Amino acid sequence: MCLAVPMRVIAVKGVENDFTTLQLGVVEAQGIKKEVRLDLVDRWPQIGDYLIIHAGFAIHTLDAVEAETNLRLLQELADNMQAAAREEKQ
Amino acid sequence: MKYVSEFRDKKFIDPLVDELRKTIDRPLRIMEVCGTHTMAIFRHGLRSLMPEGLELISGPGCPVCVTSSAHIDGFIEVASREGVRVAIFGDLFRVPGSRGSLTKAQSMGAQVEVVYSPMDALTLAEKNPQQETVFLSVGFETTIPLVAATILEAGRRQLANFTVFSAHKTMPPALDALLGDPELRLDGLLCPGHVSTIIGAAAYEPLAANYHLSCVVAGFEPVDVLQAVIMLARQARNGRAEVENAYGRAVSWQGNLRAQQLMHDVFEPIDCQWRGLGTIPASGMAIRESFSRFDAEKRFGIRLTETPEPKGCLCGQILKGRKNPADCPLFAGRCTPLSPVGPCMVSSEGTCAAHYRYGRA
Ligand code: SF4
Repeated sequence: MCLAVPMRVIAVKGVENDFTTLQLGVVEAQGIKKEVRLDLVDRWPQIGDYLIIHAGFAIHTLDAVEAETNLRLLQELADNMQAAAREEKQ
Repeated sequence: MKYVSEFRDKKFIDPLVDELRKTIDRPLRIMEVCGTHTMAIFRHGLRSLMPEGLELISGPGCPVCVTSSAHIDGFIEVASREGVRVAIFGDLFRVPGSRGSLTKAQSMGAQVEVVYSPMDALTLAEKNPQQETVFLSVGFETTIPLVAATILEAGRRQLANFTVFSAHKTMPPALDALLGDPELRLDGLLCPGHVSTIIGAAAYEPLAANYHLSCVVAGFEPVDVLQAVIMLARQARNGRAEVENAYGRAVSWQGNLRAQQLMHDVFEPIDCQWRGLGTIPASGMAIRESFSRFDAEKRFGIRLTETPEPKGCLCGQILKGRKNPADCPLFAGRCTPLSPVGPCMVSSEGTCAAHYRYGRA
């Protein structure tokens, strides 16, 4: 039931903490655009952030830096392990 | 989406598998709690990558699979009322209760619509003011706040023909009940990703402490799952039993406080029946008295009755991690995704369905 793929914010409508406005984010991934509700999101998103979405609602905002740091850590982890493996062989 | 594809990249996976192999120094039994993990593990063939001695078993984390026949019967009863249209998440369609499924009810004239979001159910109610629209809601902490937000929105729009039938369940009480079972003998828990986005990694601290069990929150990409399994294996090797978070990009320690708040504003804990696990104290989420005008059970006077499991179905044992689908005499014979006997075969996240699709080769 959960969709794990985060989508990139390309527009934000409505006002943070003002539920009388319609709080919507426009998100995009792989050429698909859609609107998601922002009632529940933990941090009000900026354009360029990523959102994790569940059944039409954003449930978590992650910024691009967060996403990339995570990726870099994994890359380093993989590199270190490969380096360690090479040393072992020598 | 560059950074998603990289989480699947083989050059990341091979070294992680190596690392895992080196870390394990005794047989380990790890439960993946969440149905989405079960799916990811099968889809990416991770089970076959696991080193000898590492056993991954599936837990009760598919919300459709743990919905009791009593709730399904209640859903069908509402759907069969005059002037009622029900809205559901698609997975619920073919789940058998004690007297058939919603598919059968629909063939006998009930109006059943599949929606993507609870908000779509609210829109249906707005478009059809002469009819009652009931959202039949199953789900864990990832879904419950969404339904809470939808009920609040229905209140703002003063909709009088929209109600919710809540079969919601919460994860920690069920895990607590499950871990009390001495037969389970677990070495680690792969904690659900998006349930944890809401409740936070901290929610597993009591489990880690009370059962001396390693808990690691995991994401859904192969790299995420492997990384989390390595962390569990390291804990086992060092005799630690802690909560760690391997899905930091989506899960914080405290979780999404706004979503938790909304969930508790609208819902309150009640005892709830789980398929296969029985009644677990305070594991359900019922609509609070102050929102009772949106409560379908009250509006339509539905009483849930205890009903037996389908004959011969081992879902209960499977959801508890005691049996495998292959142990079930009906598996792949009388019970297939096209004609499911039990709920574990219905949902795409169900353990039997995953084994059927990916596990038999
Ligand atoms: S194979 Fe079918 S009958 Fe057997 S446990 Fe799974 S769902 Fe139940």
